[in-house]
Amino acid sequence: MTDVVRPGGVSRRTFIKGVVAAGAVATSAGYLLRTTLIGQGGVPAGAVERLITLNVNGRDRRVDVMPQETLAMTLRYKLGLTGTKIGCDRAECGACTVLLDDVPRYSCSVLTHMARKKRITTIEGLAAADGTLHPVQQGVVEEQGFQCAFCMPGFVMAAVGFLKTHPNPTRDELAHGVSGNLCRCQDYDKILTALARGAELMRRG
Amino acid sequence: MAAIHDVMPMFTLYQPESVDDALRLLDRLGAGAWTMAGGLDSFDWLKDRTKRTAAVVELGNVAELSVIREVDGGLEIGATTTLTEVAQHPIVRERFGLLAEAAGLVASPQIRHQGTLGGNVTQDARCWYYRAGWPCYRAGGNICYADTPTAINREHAILHADRCVAVSPSDTAPALVALDASLVIRRLGGERIVAAQDYFVGPGRDITRMTVLEPGELLTAIRIPATWAGAEFYFEKVRDRQVWDFPLVNVASALKVSGGRIQSMRIAVGAVAATPVRLMAVERAVAGQPRTRETAEMAGRLAVEGAVTLAHNGYKVPLMRNLVARAIRGAGAATT
Ligand SMILES: Cc1cc2nc3c(=O)[nH]c(=O)nc-3n(C[C@H](O)[C@H](O)[C@H](O)COP(=O)(O)OP(=O)(O)OC[C@H]3O[C@@H](n4cnc5c(N)ncnc54)[C@H](O)[C@@H]3O)c2cc1C
Ligand code: SF4
Ligand code: FES
Ligand code: FES
Repeated sequence: MTDVVRPGGVSRRTFIKGVVAAGAVATSAGYLLRTTLIGQGGVPAGAVERLITLNVNGRDRRVDVMPQETLAMTLRYKLGLTGTKIGCDRAECGACTVLLDDVPRYSCSVLTHMARKKRITTIEGLAAADGTLHPVQQGVVEEQGFQCAFCMPGFVMAAVGFLKTHPNPTRDELAHGVSGNLCRCQDYDKILTALARGAELMRRG
Repeated sequence: MAAIHDVMPMFTLYQPESVDDALRLLDRLGAGAWTMAGGLDSFDWLKDRTKRTAAVVELGNVAELSVIREVDGGLEIGATTTLTEVAQHPIVRERFGLLAEAAGLVASPQIRHQGTLGGNVTQDARCWYYRAGWPCYRAGGNICYADTPTAINREHAILHADRCVAVSPSDTAPALVALDASLVIRRLGGERIVAAQDYFVGPGRDITRMTVLEPGELLTAIRIPATWAGAEFYFEKVRDRQVWDFPLVNVASALKVSGGRIQSMRIAVGAVAATPVRLMAVERAVAGQPRTRETAEMAGRLAVEGAVTLAHNGYKVPLMRNLVARAIRGAGAATT
């Protein structure tokens, strides 16, 4: 959906994000109260609270998360980080790949509460503060590796995670490293070339 | 903005930080609790609403459950150790390479980074009729939709079926059976240790479950004895695509050979029955025999005795026969 700019320069997305965040703050007192009541009711201790802090792209974000909510949902619909895509929602395509403590994971198949104590990195968190692209992103730009690019954020995150532990892979090793990601445009050869270029740029520093 | 779909129905989520707290919770919640490790088997059921739960006990914060330690020359692997950790652990690779190989061939990298060894052996059947919520035998009904004249049953069982023809989908299960592993199961105030092959339950014994785990019980560790450390191992998994896909058939074996003769062997095959099948007749027949093509072929024939095929899974018989023969000839000779 395109960002519609509202009077006052607030884009539609930013506007909605603001509303969601305000909603979370307004209701937080209710959850705290309920936790107390549950405690008194004799339900075993350890049930999670909904208002939690997530470390996303280096920032602590307070967010209201349901117990059954997946990380992909929280990232996209609560935190506005729509670079993370949802393809299958069943751990079968890789479009939702993000890094948890530097390890590629399917965010559609992680409960947000499972990620509470971890560093979450999404495609939005790869570029440097001054806008300089991550080498793997730069490799994608230089080689024009993708067609529709719906699968691109997932592939880039999977590659960035893989390259952290395998900085100098062969093409085959790289293919195996990103084998948990599908491309519906079947553009694998060019994708690999782009990711390999990214690996090369990373090694050059 | 897109609607915020409620991905799963509401449940209460518990995140205990110790085994004792987890056991207390499981005891208190009984059959109402769903234990979750990596969640990669659990989420499908809950998202599809084919199974529901009021409470989830999530094990990710129980650090003591994901430790690998050496015990009497063997290994004890915590139940929530991820498949990646198992596949990459130096001692697992060096002494029990069979398990490292099996774990490394599961699903995809992201799934191995999160899916656990305990979850992999405890996962439910992958029959799509059952998974789609059809009220079959396994779901408590009185029909098997996979065993009808028009059913699609290419992935289903050729051995030991009893009304239900679903298979054990796990890649690590046959490796653990071949390594003579045992599983440590705890409940509040008690512990039992079960041999790997006794952990799995076939439909003849109980058609509605895959393992002996009872409500209130927690699988805490998998123990691998020193017995087969450093033996000659063979693991092979045949699947449609090289990523994501479950085994059509897999084989795991541990072999001790001396002077060209097989001294002893343990071998198990997966995805041909509702449990991993240990081939004890083959183990007995090859003991003391020369390691030759003839012995391997004899073992293959023996392995598939009694196989019963469905409309679309006949290929599994020669596949299993050949995999067993290859397991005996070993990696070097496998392609000849
Ligand atoms: C797309 C896809 C492809 C796959 N391909 C393969 C494949 O090729 N080969 C293969 O072997 N598997 C495959 N799997 C299955 C996957 O490997 C397993 O589902 C995974 O290893 C399960 O581990 P988990 O920790 O995520 O399980 P969970 O979902 O957390 O648990 C699975 C089951 O075990 C129970 N459980 C888990 N841990 C414990 C414990 N400690 N004590 C008691 N009960 C417990 C849970 O209650 C649940 O019933 C695939 C799964 C998916 C989604
Ligand atoms: S094979 Fe088993 S799980 Fe599948 S439909 Fe038949 S009874 Fe159900
Ligand atoms: S959306 Fe998560 S793997 Fe497809
Ligand atoms: S480029 Fe279109 S899905 Fe990959």
